Amino acid sequence: MSLLVIKDLEARVGDKPILKGLSLTVEKGEVHAVMGPNGSGKSTLAQVLAGNPAYEVTGGSVTYDGKDLLELEPEERAQSGIFLAFQYPVEIPGVSNAYFLRAAYNEIRKARGEEEVDPLEFADLMDEKLAFVDMDPSMLSRSVNTGFSGGEKKRNEILQMAVLQPKLGILDETDSGLDIDALRIVADGVNKLKRPDNATIVVTHYQRLLNYIVPDFVHVLANGKILKSGGKELALELEEKGYDWVTSGASSNALAGARA
Amino acid sequence: MSSSIESLISREYQHGFVTDIESDTLPPGLNEDVVRAISAKKNEPAFMVEWRLKAYRRWQSMKEPHWPNVHYGPIDYQAVSYYSAPKTKKPLGSLDDVDPELLKTYEKLGIPLHEQKMLSGVAVDAIFDSVSVGTTMRDELAKYGIVFCSFGEALREHPDLVEKYLGSVVPYGDNYFAALNSAVFSDGSFVYVPKGVRCPVELSTYFRINSADTGQFERTLIVADEGAYVSYLEGCTAPKRSTNQLHAAVVELVALKGATIKYSTVQNWYAGDKDGVGGIYNFVTKRGRAEENAKISWTQVETGSAITWKYPSVILKGDNSVGEFYSVAVVNNKQQADTGTKMIHMGRNTKSTIVSKGISAGQGNNSYRGRVLVQPKAEGARNYTQCDSMLVGNRCGAHTFPYVEVKNNSAIVEHEASTSKIGEDQIFYLKARGLSAEQAVSMIVSGFCKEVFKELPMEFALEAQALLGITLEGSVG
Repeated sequence: MSLLVIKDLEARVGDKPILKGLSLTVEKGEVHAVMGPNGSGKSTLAQVLAGNPAYEVTGGSVTYDGKDLLELEPEERAQSGIFLAFQYPVEIPGVSNAYFLRAAYNEIRKARGEEEVDPLEFADLMDEKLAFVDMDPSMLSRSVNTGFSGGEKKRNEILQMAVLQPKLGILDETDSGLDIDALRIVADGVNKLKRPDNATIVVTHYQRLLNYIVPDFVHVLANGKILKSGGKELALELEEKGYDWVTSGASSNALAGARA
Repeated sequence: MSSSIESLISREYQHGFVTDIESDTLPPGLNEDVVRAISAKKNEPAFMVEWRLKAYRRWQSMKEPHWPNVHYGPIDYQAVSYYSAPKTKKPLGSLDDVDPELLKTYEKLGIPLHEQKMLSGVAVDAIFDSVSVGTTMRDELAKYGIVFCSFGEALREHPDLVEKYLGSVVPYGDNYFAALNSAVFSDGSFVYVPKGVRCPVELSTYFRINSADTGQFERTLIVADEGAYVSYLEGCTAPKRSTNQLHAAVVELVALKGATIKYSTVQNWYAGDKDGVGGIYNFVTKRGRAEENAKISWTQVETGSAITWKYPSVILKGDNSVGEFYSVAVVNNKQQADTGTKMIHMGRNTKSTIVSKGISAGQGNNSYRGRVLVQPKAEGARNYTQCDSMLVGNRCGAHTFPYVEVKNNSAIVEHEASTSKIGEDQIFYLKARGLSAEQAVSMIVSGFCKEVFKELPMEFALEAQALLGITLEGSVG
């Protein structure tokens, strides 16, 4: 059974349709990169999979682990192992990172039928995970994302991923706003979390991240659909030729199809 | 009139009314006879009847105030019965007989099973019967010389103490509702802690015998003698209903030299239906007087009532006295609140701290009203005020009315205020990490209220956190 099967997905925000028939299949153990020009719907795809109520699904289906994903509430999706690393992680003043993470961790453990952990057990777990993203234990007592730099916020997302151990990780432009060093740390963390029984969808604008997180498949998302798929070399071709190469190719193919 | 004649007359009236009135409830209406009847029913000493009558006469000359930022229909004071004997309700067989919605709330609040039974009127096992628990508690406290009993009992067994301190912080003519309370108060708590004694437990109304149905006009008096310490908890998180709409309680705290009184309240009175109909009006006068080196702390979590109108205050009379006010006030649906505090700096080197967290949701309207007054002789006064409002949704209101009067130029007074909104993006972020909407709102709001919650005794703090989550249910999304 495939981990994720998206079929002809259509979604809009307000009156504006953004996804116009997107199809994608992800198997366990795979890393898929989704690239595309601005406004193509990359972030929308990530948000729709996570269940953001700001986006309305108007057609198509999404099957995750054999279940109808679109029927599940965002928290149920998270509890079944979906993790979205946000492009713009929000601040939650007054709530410490430790408290928030432990609460999230326990919810997911509960959903898996496992016992909840107490603060002491959790502290031990955290020591191990903080090393993943080269973060200082002092950040645990700070409020969630409050006063964090862009790089710290992104590393915090990967830290959470390391703690929550998702089956399907979705990285929404995790590389935006990061310098080379932060990029390396983030990519390193993601790579360490790769297992044969989980999968990752990396949504990104630039090929650069894919030097560090090497994908098994690259998809080009444009005009709300996946226009082209290929191996990791596709990313390099895009870098060389630009997105127009794919999008104009698509329209000329369409014309050719019409003529034929 | 000489006092002996006065007492003769009072006794006559007492007798008269006890024999005439057989029933347990007085007919609705308020007049001097009713006031005398209430006192007679309770067999109160002479000074008490006189005090009630003076209060009643003063009340008659006063006009109901309408300056707060709340709106309510006219109250018909003649349509209420001012006395009904404490009822012994027939106990229910088991929790199965209780409204399942109510039980769900108790579960969410983490209230232990035997407490749930007590609260819903189910017959309780002998071991957990509040009367026997209360008796054991009182015997323990008596070893320290601590008096903790109902106000009525205090009048019978310690009339001198009551007479000495009653009205010394809130005089019967202080305000309209205090005057009404002073005339017709039903019962309440009395606490006296002797010199140098540190009360070993949190005193709570849970342990008070005869707590039964909380009266609409409660009167509480707590006296901590020199160097004493006491922490008192009022109320509980469990939702409370009442047949009476107006609740005008008075609480007086007296902290003598070097004493400390910590008074915590968690209030979850019935707030009415979604349109605010039928909710309770909580119009309370609470005030403490701190003598030299004494400290009084008020901590409140107000989540219920249709209207909350109260300003727990501290008169910093003695040198080096300290006053604190920590408050979380929540309004949802159509609730209204006008609450805050008054810190009156009179002695030298006095200090006050005010932390007010207002949360508005639904169409609720929340106002903070505070007064920091530094009198001319109050050398070296210090005040810190932090007043934060959080808005949930976009139909609610938050207002701030701070009054600062400084009449001594060695004072340092700081005031900070902030307004924020719970964002849908914050809720979604937490949901995307596996937390339900309820947990998300609760977490965000708890973070907001952290500074106040940490002042509450621990069990209260945990319940208060759960209560906050429940009160804000359905307010987002």
